[in-house]
Amino acid sequence: MTRYTLYIAVALWLAILAGLKLLVRPPMPASVLMIYMTLSTLGILVFVAANEERFGNFIAPLRAVFEGRAPRLVQVLVLAGIPLLLAWGAWLRTAPSSDAPFEPRVVHPEPPASFALHGRRIETAGLKNPLRVPDAAQLEKNTAEGKVIYYRNCFFCHGDTLRGDGHFSGAFSPIPANFRDVGTISMLQESFVFWRVSTGGLGLPRSATPWNSAMPVWQTMLTEEEIWKAILYIYAGSGSTPRTWEEEPKK
Amino acid sequence: MARAIATSAFQALKGTYKGVVKISVLLVLTYLIAQGLNSFLPAADYRSALGLPNRVAVWAVAELHLMFAAFVLGVPIFALITEIIGVATREKRYDDLAREFTKLLAMAYTLTAVLGCVLLVLFIVLYPKFTGILSKIFKPTWIAYIVLIFGEVIVAYLYWYTWSLLQGVRKKWHLLLGLLVNLWGTALLFVADAWVTFMMSPAGIDDANNLVSLWGVIHNHTWMPINIHRLLANVAFGGAIVAAYAAVRFLNAKTDEERARFDWMGYVGSFIAIAAFIPLPFAGYWLGREIYQFSEQMGVSMMGGSFAWLWILQAMLIGSLFLASNFYLWLGMGRIPGAERYTKFQIGMMIVLTIGFIVWATPRSIIATGTEMSAMGGSHHPFLGLFGVMAAKNTAVNLMILTTFFSFMLYRRGNRIPIVPWAVAGKALQALAIAAAAAVVLGYGVYSYFVPSITRIGFSVYQVSAVLTSMALFVAIDIPLLKGAREIGAIRWGHIPARAQYALFFLAVSFTWLMGLMGYIRSGIRQHWHVYGRVMDESANAYTMAHGQATIIVSCIVVVFFLLVSVVFWLAARGGEPAESPAGEASAAKAAGSAA
Repeated sequence: MTRYTLYIAVALWLAILAGLKLLVRPPMPASVLMIYMTLSTLGILVFVAANEERFGNFIAPLRAVFEGRAPRLVQVLVLAGIPLLLAWGAWLRTAPSSDAPFEPRVVHPEPPASFALHGRRIETAGLKNPLRVPDAAQLEKNTAEGKVIYYRNCFFCHGDTLRGDGHFSGAFSPIPANFRDVGTISMLQESFVFWRVSTGGLGLPRSATPWNSAMPVWQTMLTEEEIWKAILYIYAGSGSTPRTWEEEPKK
Repeated sequence: MARAIATSAFQALKGTYKGVVKISVLLVLTYLIAQGLNSFLPAADYRSALGLPNRVAVWAVAELHLMFAAFVLGVPIFALITEIIGVATREKRYDDLAREFTKLLAMAYTLTAVLGCVLLVLFIVLYPKFTGILSKIFKPTWIAYIVLIFGEVIVAYLYWYTWSLLQGVRKKWHLLLGLLVNLWGTALLFVADAWVTFMMSPAGIDDANNLVSLWGVIHNHTWMPINIHRLLANVAFGGAIVAAYAAVRFLNAKTDEERARFDWMGYVGSFIAIAAFIPLPFAGYWLGREIYQFSEQMGVSMMGGSFAWLWILQAMLIGSLFLASNFYLWLGMGRIPGAERYTKFQIGMMIVLTIGFIVWATPRSIIATGTEMSAMGGSHHPFLGLFGVMAAKNTAVNLMILTTFFSFMLYRRGNRIPIVPWAVAGKALQALAIAAAAAVVLGYGVYSYFVPSITRIGFSVYQVSAVLTSMALFVAIDIPLLKGAREIGAIRWGHIPARAQYALFFLAVSFTWLMGLMGYIRSGIRQHWHVYGRVMDESANAYTMAHGQATIIVSCIVVVFFLLVSVVFWLAARGGEPAESPAGEASAAKAAGSAA
């Protein structure tokens, strides 16, 4: 079996590539596929080279080709195949495409130290949802009011199930945030969400560009209290909780 | 005999005196140059040097200074550990190895001091206003720092020069000197960390930046996490550099004896590097958490914002370190008779390492074309997105750590067969410990997707605890298990393929690169602030660089560091022991032997 190390390694590599290409849905972006295949290649090569016997068996067929001991046809196939593969790779990278260029996006831009809300400055540090009160009945009431605000304003894009699949969502690129995704609001403090809702796409910092957010500047349409209520609802409705810290920041 | 001791003692004092004079001259020269330039140059808040942007000049020198400082602080820690092992096992080769390590220090100390002095001049000349503000706040610590520098120089030189003199019954005094070198070095590190961390998470000052509490300034939010992180990293880094030195010597060895010696040295260096490296991600996680707690804005910049992609580079480097460590251990098993019994485990371990590496390197912010984004329905991939969050990455790194530990344990017992009556039960318990830890890590990893973030963060503590407990349990069983074990054959030191030595060199380069990269992230997340939120950077360089530009600078610094380290290696390989005559050494050793 170990005699076929090279062929097993190549077959494994091809199987990984096929698996990632065919089994992952929606299709994996080329940039991620590149990372995964590079690491898989590294893993295979390191494994092969970490043992003298395996390594010897792995390079034996290659040595036979490059030392001229392999059948002529194999030599021709390998020596012509390598440049052809490289050429094909170069073509794939450089061929003209009508696709839009890459847009490296920052998913969570850093919040500013302060921002303007209804004509006054709001400090981000230490900002808490004033309506997240210990009184369960009051909290429930605030959340219920938040639900009404959500359905009157946010529902159209973020959807009935808060998955970012509202009626208008298909018109946007990128689509609205999916609040049930573990990587969205459950990773964030409420102060962050309040900043994003209040200032919308226009309020994103320069470091977050390019950012094609269609999120409106909600402070022009909602009061501060209404925004906090809507935030209460999106957490409760999506079954997530805001990020919190045990200790207060020492400033 | 008394005369020989007196001669050796005199030489030790002479060498130490020379070291003290050297550092004194260096400090006085630095002060004079800095003051001279400062009074000669027109007054300004910022200046540039030789057309170089002031930030790049300070960055390069500070990073090089830090790298050499890490080396000279890390090497004495494991030189002392190795020396203690030598005393405990009564094996001279450990003492020789500790001495070989220490030999690398003499030149490295000088380079560290010179770079530190250049850095000080650059600060005073290029950033006079900022340096003034920091000097005012930290004035009492400067004095402590200078006292500590002299203390470190004196004990370090004494440690080196008295090696032959303090043998036999006097060995305990040499160990004491080794301990003092490390205590002084650690104190120096802690003082310097106070300056660095204050710039990130200032405390202990009023609104006008006047000092309110010196302890508050020192004991700021990120001080202790960085102290611990750097302490561990220094040991790992020092070990990796020494292993690289051994690798170079191995590759250039002319005789089998030399090859055997440097193979063993490389193994010990890499072992210490890997041992210190294993808890490093935990310390880093603590630091990251403290940064978030101090400022969410800074935390988000670091992990999710403008610096997020540099963490993918970090994941690539650390993942490669894990692969290289295992690669070295597995190749090393080739020179251990009987270790072939464990080859069958390698395929499973490689699968865990590769999948762990892939999960760790999965970006949260995926780069995608318009078509790909449309197919995904946004920049979040519904499946890959699960690997982009910390829950997955913590799980991956813990499993990689566990695998590397297991790999090392197999290496350790390669040529030994336990003969204790409870061997089967012991091995089963060890396997259970590893399996239980893996189950805890995986279980909490999956469960953490379904709980609030605050609970999720707490889970990482359980995961780490499970891994550490299983490792401690494994070792606790392993020691009595292998006591009196039957040896299949002696390790054939020197019989290892050359590519294993390149793996050692790769470890050193990767550690250095990581230090440069992570140092840039730590410093860069202050963005346009000298002291975050308090003293703004008003220079023309107060912008966050493009990642490409920043990483090129980091890489250039790494290249320069290795060029300088090559000089250190070259001098050490030439047998450049500081002015200690072979005759004096021999007589001192003889005297020590007769005293014993």
